[in-house]
Amino acid sequence: MSLTPLHAIFALMSLFTVGGAVGVVLNRNLIYAAMYLVLSLFGIAGLFILLEAPFLAAVQILVYVGAISVLITITVMVTRCVFCKEPPPRQLTLVAVMAALVMVTLGFVIMTRFGGLTPAADVPADSIEQLGVAFVNPQAYLVPFEVASILLLGALIGAIFIARDDLPRDEEAVGGDDHA
Amino acid sequence: MLVQQYLPIAILVLFAIIMALIVVFTSVIFGPHRPTKKKLAPYESGMTPIGPAVRRLPVRFYLVAVLFILFDVEIIFLLPYAVVIRQLGLYGLIATGVFVVILTVGLLYEWKKGGLDWE
Amino acid sequence: MSDFVIFLIDAAVKAVLIIVGLVLGFAYTTWLERRFIARLQSRVGPNRAGPAGLLQPWADALKLFFKEDIMPTDADRIIYTLAPAVTSVPALIVLGVVPFGGQISLFGYQTTLGLADINVGVLYIVAVTSIAVYGVVLAGWASSNKYAMMGGLRATAQMISYELAMGLAILAPVMMAASMSMSDIIDAQQNIWFVFLQPIAAVIFYITILAETNRSPFDLPEAEQELVAGYHTEYSGMKFASFFMAEYMKMIAVSAIFSALFLGGYRFFGLENLLGGWMGPIILFVKIVASLAFMVWIRATLPRFRYDKLMAFGWKVLLPLSLANAVVTAVLIVLDIIPSFA
Repeated sequence: MSLTPLHAIFALMSLFTVGGAVGVVLNRNLIYAAMYLVLSLFGIAGLFILLEAPFLAAVQILVYVGAISVLITITVMVTRCVFCKEPPPRQLTLVAVMAALVMVTLGFVIMTRFGGLTPAADVPADSIEQLGVAFVNPQAYLVPFEVASILLLGALIGAIFIARDDLPRDEEAVGGDDHA
Repeated sequence: MLVQQYLPIAILVLFAIIMALIVVFTSVIFGPHRPTKKKLAPYESGMTPIGPAVRRLPVRFYLVAVLFILFDVEIIFLLPYAVVIRQLGLYGLIATGVFVVILTVGLLYEWKKGGLDWE
Repeated sequence: MSDFVIFLIDAAVKAVLIIVGLVLGFAYTTWLERRFIARLQSRVGPNRAGPAGLLQPWADALKLFFKEDIMPTDADRIIYTLAPAVTSVPALIVLGVVPFGGQISLFGYQTTLGLADINVGVLYIVAVTSIAVYGVVLAGWASSNKYAMMGGLRATAQMISYELAMGLAILAPVMMAASMSMSDIIDAQQNIWFVFLQPIAAVIFYITILAETNRSPFDLPEAEQELVAGYHTEYSGMKFASFFMAEYMKMIAVSAIFSALFLGGYRFFGLENLLGGWMGPIILFVKIVASLAFMVWIRATLPRFRYDKLMAFGWKVLLPLSLANAVVTAVLIVLDIIPSFA
């Protein structure tokens, strides 16, 4: 197997993903940690493109980078550098050993139980159309698709529940201006 | 090969990053540097700054961000369906309709509870 | 030369053309805005530098090159420096999936006008728009200034709120063309533009792109009466100019995207095939300039929103309306009342 430009791109994207993740863990400044997280998520989006899954790559950027990380960023922005003055973590060696152990275990499981490394199957040109069909196909993803809407509904109600103290009461909302 | 379609975009992103950095650093290179203490202080309409710039944030900003994530996910679920809408016919419309209706109920609940109000 | 090398050179040349085009476009959009808004306000506008003031953008750029670069004491040095760049990158790359014309032939070399025509073009645009928030929010935070912070947060809440209505408005052309590829959507409009079939989606999309680019009447993040200059209060020199560059380049980019989604893109009922295909980019250029002039006109006409009204408008008017429009369109398509355009 000879090296192709694809290998270089794969290496770069892996570097973003893993390096970003390491940056998240090691950084004491939360904003920097959040930015490393964004870098890591971009790397994952790049890996999805290499796997010929552009829809997932776009979703990765749209949801994880464009929405969830934005929430994380504005949340840590208003915290005042909580960990900045603390010394760096002491048990780094232990953590590194544990992480390596997990990686080896996962690698072992993938190689033995899931048939090892196989070349990716050919992705059909109309994968997005097939995904759209599969979402509403009872034999495929219809139930998870509908359950997802209930999950999102639950999250919506949860969000209101968390913010309820800050929201105007029903009776106040009528003449809200007086209370401002 | 599908991946090759994305190579031009990767090139564009690379060039765009280089271009953006060049622009940012031009005035660092060409501009004068005569800093004074007052000049580098945070601008507060001519007054001496009071307190830190970072303050507590109204919980509404979080609420908006959370709501955004949820409806963003909804739109993403709808996009693959939009491409095959004609092909799936009435059955697809009902299946996706249930999904949309459940989330619309959530939106109405949010609205009723004042989650969309901003004062 | 191997095919792959030619492919790389082709892509690199197109990428450079997009970037140079956007930067030049930025320079002359500022000129257009200042001249046109002056007319609307019964003034003359910049007219000294060159004929009709055409050299004014170059004079402004030269001035900004030599302005002092200020690094506030409390600022976070790295993020403060990178935030302007983070703002302009999405504006520079979003046009990567929009076709500028059909097949053309240049000195015997056949190529398509357009960088990449991927089958998830619409998703690419929405994804790139969604990361544009970062530059603003990071600039506001890194400046360590109350106004900047508040402006950055306001801009974030505004941009993410209007993104939802934008995503739902885009669903309409995607459903009509049954494709997420920009060229398919343009091809589906050969006989009739989607702006006539989907007027509500078109209007909502146009409103949301004004909000995404922080244009008037949605320019609250930089509401000078309340927030000095918003998230770029502490910026000077070319870093300051970066934010303006990003704003104007985004105006150009979203105008091109609006043209592609609703105004038939580079096509104009067959005229685009004239001049060996080179008429296509000219048609698109005319549509973009018309859209930019319309944005300036809006700025001269409408006062700025109040922040609570702006958020209410986004969540209580645009979001339900765009959702309803998407549902009605879906029903009409399934019942075959809207014919197939694919």
